[in-house]
Amino acid sequence: MTDLSTPAPTGGGALAQNIVHFARALREAGVPLGPGAVLDALAAVEAAGFGDRRDFYTTLHAVFVKKHEHSLLFDQAFEIFWRRRGLLEKLIAMMSPQAPGERKPRSAEAGATRVADALFKSKPVEEKPAPSIDLDARFTVSDQEILRAKDFAQMTAAEIEAARKLIRAMVMPDDRRRLRRLAPSAGRARIDPRRSFRRSLQPGGPIALAFRAPLERAPPVVALCDISGSMSEYTRLFLHFLHALGETRRVSTFLFGTRLTNVTRAMRARDPDAALAQCSKLALDWSGGTRIGDALTRFNRDWARRVLGQGAIVILFTDGLEREGVGELGRAVERLKRSSRRVIWVNPLLRFDGFSARAQGVRAILPHVDAFRPIHNLASMADLCVTLAGGREAGKAPQAWLDASA
Amino acid sequence: MSNEPLRLPTSIDETQALLRAAHYVADRSLATVLFLALRLGRPLFLEGEAGVGKTEIAKVLASTLGRRLIRLQCYEGLDVATAVYEWNYTAQMMAIRLSEAAGEHDKERIEHDVFSERYLIKRPLLQAMEPNVAGAPVLLIDEIDRADEAFEAFLLEVLSDFQVTIPELGVIKAPETPIVVITSNRTREIHDALKRRCLYHWVGYPDAAREMAIVRAKAPHAPEGLTRELVAFVQRLRKLDLFKSPGVAETLDWASALTELDAFALDPTQVSDTLGVLLKYQDDIAKIEGATAQTLIDETRAEIRRAELGSSL
Repeated sequence: MTDLSTPAPTGGGALAQNIVHFARALREAGVPLGPGAVLDALAAVEAAGFGDRRDFYTTLHAVFVKKHEHSLLFDQAFEIFWRRRGLLEKLIAMMSPQAPGERKPRSAEAGATRVADALFKSKPVEEKPAPSIDLDARFTVSDQEILRAKDFAQMTAAEIEAARKLIRAMVMPDDRRRLRRLAPSAGRARIDPRRSFRRSLQPGGPIALAFRAPLERAPPVVALCDISGSMSEYTRLFLHFLHALGETRRVSTFLFGTRLTNVTRAMRARDPDAALAQCSKLALDWSGGTRIGDALTRFNRDWARRVLGQGAIVILFTDGLEREGVGELGRAVERLKRSSRRVIWVNPLLRFDGFSARAQGVRAILPHVDAFRPIHNLASMADLCVTLAGGREAGKAPQAWLDASA
Repeated sequence: MSNEPLRLPTSIDETQALLRAAHYVADRSLATVLFLALRLGRPLFLEGEAGVGKTEIAKVLASTLGRRLIRLQCYEGLDVATAVYEWNYTAQMMAIRLSEAAGEHDKERIEHDVFSERYLIKRPLLQAMEPNVAGAPVLLIDEIDRADEAFEAFLLEVLSDFQVTIPELGVIKAPETPIVVITSNRTREIHDALKRRCLYHWVGYPDAAREMAIVRAKAPHAPEGLTRELVAFVQRLRKLDLFKSPGVAETLDWASALTELDAFALDPTQVSDTLGVLLKYQDDIAKIEGATAQTLIDETRAEIRRAELGSSL
């Protein structure tokens, strides 16, 4: 590995300092960087030598960017930082006889605001203290029963707070998927030759056979959540549910309204409130309109191959009320079905007793899902856990819904 | 000594020239990252769509530097026994029986004999740590996204120290850091901790000029006019909203397919018939077949004519 104990002789203090500043700006713009990255960058710049701007760019890029998505942010930060400082050209001129490369002016692009915010942050945005809700924590058993059956949309702020606590305490499904990896086991199915052999060399007795069996793990869940206006009361609590679910397995979460946003990283924050706040910041189309077919098509094209591996289960959270392009919606759900293990559709509209599958969008989705469940109160959330665990529970099969309103 | 290891390139330009000599047409940024990886002794992490030449880089590197190429293809459930080492149990059993028959009862002695290098089956990671006269080998860890997280964690340990511990034999350490190339098709996210140890590079689709150079280098028998048209066609295809855009490997396959069919220019029916070489999803093929193929060809021709006019002026 590289020896980093000695400072870069060519760079001098100015270069090192600027790389440190640059790394800090990148970090604030959202590129995760450890302190080691700066040392790596210095070593890399030294190794590459000072060529032109393009080489300098690629060198820093190789060290600082670890994800394709961050390339855009890096690009913006590089342009802004080294332009504003006007340093790079000076440094190059100072350290090599080569003339600096031409730089083309760029128009503002996506990501520019975030980077510019991080670089020229004038004053921190004042954080308003969240209004605290006085909560009656003395819920009795019968109160809890009532709460379980109550529709999320009709809950008061205090009740929602209580519901969130109950979601956290909920027993999560313990479904298992068999992996191809083997681990020591007491079961007598497969002999583990390595352990058997080593054991047999120990003194005494006949050969003691050791066994192994495939490991099992909860399959990952991919949740696609509608955040259009009609769903907003339910979405937040459902996200709380997903956050709780994410403690025992890998959960990828996507929000869609008019666009598709991946909030998986944000949802990993330990505190559910922090996670949700982060999600709201990321999704700009909260409580707007929705284009389900379009969002699912985009998911299929850009994300399906990246997150639907390892036998993932898809939870589709939407009311299914698509106004146009129902054909596209059907095709998108069909493809989704083909590339995942199971598709579970949860729909808050199912809370109405008189719900029938008459809307065009609903009829387009239903033929391709494995289960169709309500999600309007805590009881239905508990039912979803049963569905995820693969158990039988009350509720009609998707085909029955179609037949009933044919 | 005659088989002195070939020396590593000493500049970015040299790296680029080295790749070019092996008919690998790389852009400047890839050459830079590759040079850094060699110079700093860090693993190179290449991510990109299937068929853009990630695996090829390792192969070219091994052949131009005269190093041995050791390839570890990843899959789910890949474990130490298939990635690092395994004991040859049948041979060991036999050895024990034979020594018992010969009247040997000294347990220590048998154990020492049986757990010797003779009975050790070396898998790719261990092979990469062996001393080699031609210099450290190129270790290609292919499609790491197919392996599970548990293997990734193990790899982290190997990549930071380049040593493995075999309980019966002791610690085996690489005398020289191997040149490590890790590729991923991004079917899942690789953990940041592993990426942090590597130099990261996203291998994208090449632009028209570079793709032309690649086809000329790799499919030299294709007629010049056809090469130009098919590259322009594929470039156009990538701009469309397809489920899976064709990679460079597909372009090369298509070039040889059309050459085999004695084509000198793109012909709509022939394009429709051979579309399966380029596109691997039925939805995509249905979208391009027929009228769209015709329009694309017309647009491609118009573009080439414009370019010719521009250059002749």
